Amino acid sequence: MKKIIKYVMTDILRNRIVMIYTIFLLVTSFSVFSLEDNDSKGLLSLLNIILLIVPLVSIVFSTIYVYNSAEFIELLVSQPLKRKSIWLSLFAGLAGSLSIAFFVGVGIPILLYQANAIGGMMIGVGVLLSIIFVAIAMLAAVLTRDKAKGIGVAILLWLYFSILFDGLVLFLLFQFADYPLEKAMIGITAFNPIDLSRIMILLHMDVSAMMGYTGAIFKEFFGTAIGMVISFGVLLFWVLLPVWVATRKFNSKDL
Amino acid sequence: MIIASNVSKQFSRLKALDNVSVTCNKGECIALIGPNGSGKTTLIKSILGMVVPDSGFITFNGNNILHSWQYRNKIGYMPQIGRYPENMTIGDVLDMMMDIRGGENELDEDLIHSFGLDLLKRKRMRTLSGGTRQKVSASLAFLFDPEVLILDEPTAGLDPVASEILKEKIISEKEKGKLILITSHVLSELDDLVTQIIYMQDGKLLFHKSIEALRSDTGEEKLAKAIASVMINF
Repeated sequence: MKKIIKYVMTDILRNRIVMIYTIFLLVTSFSVFSLEDNDSKGLLSLLNIILLIVPLVSIVFSTIYVYNSAEFIELLVSQPLKRKSIWLSLFAGLAGSLSIAFFVGVGIPILLYQANAIGGMMIGVGVLLSIIFVAIAMLAAVLTRDKAKGIGVAILLWLYFSILFDGLVLFLLFQFADYPLEKAMIGITAFNPIDLSRIMILLHMDVSAMMGYTGAIFKEFFGTAIGMVISFGVLLFWVLLPVWVATRKFNSKDL
Repeated sequence: MIIASNVSKQFSRLKALDNVSVTCNKGECIALIGPNGSGKTTLIKSILGMVVPDSGFITFNGNNILHSWQYRNKIGYMPQIGRYPENMTIGDVLDMMMDIRGGENELDEDLIHSFGLDLLKRKRMRTLSGGTRQKVSASLAFLFDPEVLILDEPTAGLDPVASEILKEKIISEKEKGKLILITSHVLSELDDLVTQIIYMQDGKLLFHKSIEALRSDTGEEKLAKAIASVMINF
């Protein structure tokens, strides 16, 4: 399994797109930090960029990569290798290299400007988000045979998690405005890793004071150690579930 | 050595394999013959575990191959269309396979040398012609000196010299007592290779006979003519 991960990793790191992605993140992070006079304000701007760009690049790149590796996968499947280890190596290779790209592109600038708990949390959340969207991409790729359809599904999923989900939540809030939904909202955020990450980080910043009553309830939950552990657990669940389903599908897929 | 029992496989509408049962033993050289789309490649891919049958099972040396992978150590497979990672060079592909698979088996690099692939080691896979790809596939199939060789259209796209080299190699491996499964449409070149014939049509296995039996049944000496007379009768 280690050998396959090695081949996947070298192949991806040789890929220009990942290099460009890393450099783009580096340039953005440094320029955001040098534009804002206040470093924690810089972190906030960076958060919004990360939550948009990282999932998009992770999901689209991984989907395309899995489709383009069809030949490689076919070659490996006919060899004495476990299907599960082929698939998990592919996942590990993709998740590993995109996490490295994120760490170099965003992690290093954060460590230079904001080496504190919240900076560290942002790096952790960013790495987890990269891995989550690699997992979702691999699920989308194993479920659809057609490449164009698969990439379309991946982009739609990104659109859902970044934009549509918020719209749905707003709609729900207005429809049920007469009911006390504050506690239920905490549960609803678990259905979207991007929102969950956003709230986790926002509530540890000073801006959380401006979020009113819902913010206070959120703070009561996410501010505690147990709340943090649970939310990281939910993010981890977002990695494990798609990987598990995708591996099962791949095990009985016809090549 | 390989026993398939009542294997069926459906691809949406198409019935690719319909209740196929077949037994292949050591030392045999079996030709899988049939019209296009008769399920030959699907049968081969089921044996390799690349296609999972809907019903029935396949055993290799007495063990069910479902969800097992170690048995593929003993198989060398040459696909119909060899598809390799485009950015790798021939040398990379060979090294990678040796790295993944090389172990106790002694390496058999005869074909690499006789095809002259060692001179092309730095060429990228995407720049190769169809014939050179076939040479790479063939070299990989024989490289680990496996007990079973599965060759899907081995000579398609090869020039006469290369296909003669490959035939010689197949014969010498057959004499070592290996099981060899070949599909081909060029029946004339199977004449001096095969000992058994499996004929498939529309996913069904129509007959499995030794070549002598087929010759005496049809009264034809040449395989091509014997098969032609069979096809007309069906």
